[in-house]
Amino acid sequence: MKFNTYSSPHLPVSEDVAAMMQKVLLALLPGAACAAWLFGWGILINVLLAALTAIAAEALMLRLRRRPVLVTLLDGSALLTAVLLALALPPLTPWWIPVVGTLFAIVVAKQLYGGLGYNPFNPAMAGYVVLLISFPLELTQWSAPGNYPGLLDTLALAFTETARAGAGLDALSMATPMDTIKTRLGLNETLGEIHSTVLFGYFGGRAWEWVNLGFLLGGLWLLQARVIQWQIPAGMLGGLFATALVFHLFNPDSFTSPVFHLFSGAAMLGAFFIATDPVSASTTPRGRLIYGAGIGILTYLIRTWGGYPDGVAFAVLLMNMAAPTIDHYTRPRVFGQP
Amino acid sequence: MDPVTDLESGDRGTTGRFERLYRFHGGLVLPGQHEISTVLPIKAAGIPPHLVIPLLQHIGETSECLVKVGDPVHKGQIIAAPRGNVSVPVHASSSGTVVALEERPFPHPSGLSFPSVVIETDGRDEWGGHPHSLPDYRQLSPVRLLDHIRAAGIVGLGGAGFPTQVKLASGTDDRVDLLLINGVECEPYISCDNQLLQERTGELLEGTRILRHILQPRDCVIAVEADMQEAERALREALRASADTGIQVVSVPQRYPSGGERQLIKVLTGREVPSQGFPSDIGIICQNVGTAAAVYRAVARNHPLISRIVTVTGAGVNQPRNLEVLIGTPFSHAIAASGGYSDDVDRLLMGGPMMGFAVSTDAVPVIKATNCILAVTREEMPPPAAALPCIRCGKCTEACPADLLPQQLYWYARSGNLDAAQDYNLFDCIECGCCAYVCPSHIPLVQYYRHAKTEIWNDEKQKQAADIARDRHQAHQERLERIKRERAERLARRKKAVSGSDSARLDAKQAAIQAALERVKKKKERKGIVQKNVDNLTAEQAEKVREVDRRRRHKSPPGEH
Repeated sequence: MKFNTYSSPHLPVSEDVAAMMQKVLLALLPGAACAAWLFGWGILINVLLAALTAIAAEALMLRLRRRPVLVTLLDGSALLTAVLLALALPPLTPWWIPVVGTLFAIVVAKQLYGGLGYNPFNPAMAGYVVLLISFPLELTQWSAPGNYPGLLDTLALAFTETARAGAGLDALSMATPMDTIKTRLGLNETLGEIHSTVLFGYFGGRAWEWVNLGFLLGGLWLLQARVIQWQIPAGMLGGLFATALVFHLFNPDSFTSPVFHLFSGAAMLGAFFIATDPVSASTTPRGRLIYGAGIGILTYLIRTWGGYPDGVAFAVLLMNMAAPTIDHYTRPRVFGQP
Repeated sequence: MDPVTDLESGDRGTTGRFERLYRFHGGLVLPGQHEISTVLPIKAAGIPPHLVIPLLQHIGETSECLVKVGDPVHKGQIIAAPRGNVSVPVHASSSGTVVALEERPFPHPSGLSFPSVVIETDGRDEWGGHPHSLPDYRQLSPVRLLDHIRAAGIVGLGGAGFPTQVKLASGTDDRVDLLLINGVECEPYISCDNQLLQERTGELLEGTRILRHILQPRDCVIAVEADMQEAERALREALRASADTGIQVVSVPQRYPSGGERQLIKVLTGREVPSQGFPSDIGIICQNVGTAAAVYRAVARNHPLISRIVTVTGAGVNQPRNLEVLIGTPFSHAIAASGGYSDDVDRLLMGGPMMGFAVSTDAVPVIKATNCILAVTREEMPPPAAALPCIRCGKCTEACPADLLPQQLYWYARSGNLDAAQDYNLFDCIECGCCAYVCPSHIPLVQYYRHAKTEIWNDEKQKQAADIARDRHQAHQERLERIKRERAERLARRKKAVSGSDSARLDAKQAAIQAALERVKKKKERKGIVQKNVDNLTAEQAEKVREVDRRRRHKSPPGEH
């Protein structure tokens, strides 16, 4: 009797890329829901626009590159990139902001480098940084927490120039807590004074602390489900916390508390969902700790002294560049070797 | 408790040691599936009409065939003699007639054929004469016992098939701290060791005692896996009954591949066998339980290794069970003895589902290393899914029990960067399959590593061949040069010799010519004064002539006359 032959191991594999991506998308839900609840419809519109753009762009690029389209689309990686990018965008942006950002992320940062598994930079962050550098104004259009326009108004703001000009976008949008800290410290106010404004909540920025808690929750679930490993989040949050603590202890009037840093901006989203993108991150266990810590420290430095309000995106891209070198120097000791 | 100092302190009783266990990195908790094949007791698979006995069933040199077509053979007869040190003889598993000496399909990942002795069995299963048993092993020297173990054709029955006496001999040179009898059957489905431990506890323990006698280890441990409770109970009871305190039973947690020699040693002692080294390097000798039982049969009953216990299991077979199978029995016969194939059988493996390999035909024979015949259905083990790109998720790194970076190895193996693959310790990979099992991109990683290893071995061989060729060429070149140089030297010497002797000879010649000329001249001169008219001289005249002559002679140089 004749039989088929395949290489060992023969047991059915236990993991699946598509399943992993689905779990990550699922884990984004609490944070994304908080963001939508507090910042309005704009968040959802951005997610939808980015997702549609990502699927279209990925399909087009796969076809141009003569790669299997459907199988690759079903791995969910393009969708995840789109959602991550969209969640980093302010809710009152015009429609083309998520579209342009996602196009860059998928077409340039992902597919032109060879598609899933070959991109040296985090596509979502590459797309975000392109937007941040090219359209800084549009990327500050955050609505006031809990005080956002209705669905139709938001749609109008997203899609029509007249609505943007007429409805008094300025009246709707509001500086983020981290923006506020930066500008007011520049005006020689102390942190104590700044924190007493309505922008600040219990331990982080108002509303932002809840969004961050949501992402923390999802991230912990990812850890528990073993979709991600602890080193990168621990490294990043640890690096951010430790650096912030040192400066805060040195001068509490000028340097805000480490807890504020952990629960403001994109700290939690970055630590559990962005920095952990395995393709562009370090892969050795020790390397991941260093990689994460690097992102944490750089995030603090950029937040505190850089020209942009948040530093997660730049920090991630900078550490992406360092990842191969980190991997090279952090190889684990092989079993039985000294 | 530091295991190293514990081993060295030596003054504590053996009981109580190995209470603390250690962890190795990575590994997997796999669904056991052992129980499928332990429902029925071990049964003899019977004598197949034909036995196909390959001449190489161990790691090392092929044995040398001693029989020819038409020869009658009896059970236990040596049909192939060992060649070299790392080799063992091969025995006829039953009586009958040699009907062919030819290449036959062999259980091998590459589906190779191998020179085999084909015996048509006569069903009488007759030993040649009465196998006389040895005297009590306690009276025998380790060397004598090792020779006997070799003559019995015993190799490691855990799967690797390394000649047992070679492994044991490495332990007789140095002090052995620990003799480890490995009953940890960590691969799913396989249960032959488990059932041997339960049904042949006495044989195993006697075999272990023989090994202890040979090696004189300080400690002796029989290790089983946590889910082998019945085997553990049987062992403990037998040890209690015989009041033997020299053998300890240790149960290790279920985690694949804890039955791997290196991993098991780490779990028990916390020590690591050096990379590319052997357990004996750190004073440990590890033997499979099946091997220990085979040693007992060889020493106590003088039975060579002509059969072994094989687990025949999987959803592709109707009556999964353990069989005592004669070496050389075709897989098909063993399957038939287990109730035959189920309707939806899809693949046939030798070994377990993690490290075993698929064979393309059930005509291949059971060899000494065949611990399991696994017939599986598509439902049970679906064909591999299409591989996606590696996303560097690092799950393989987490799972690797050798602490390697499988994803890096994959990049290098795939791109043919073999130097880098070796630099990333490709050869420390034990091919356990943990990385491929957890790979979300379904990349057949082990296949890449095997391929890369083979390529490096081939390169190595080619390099060696090239080195030899280069050396030869160089030697040839040097020889030519030397010959040329010597010829030149010889020529120069001759020239020199010639030119040297020539001048001397020339001088001599010229001198001779000169002398001759002078003689002629003198002769002429003399002739010129030849005395004429001296015939009729008076005495007085004659006297005058003589006087003139005398005077002339005085003037002429001496020696002229």
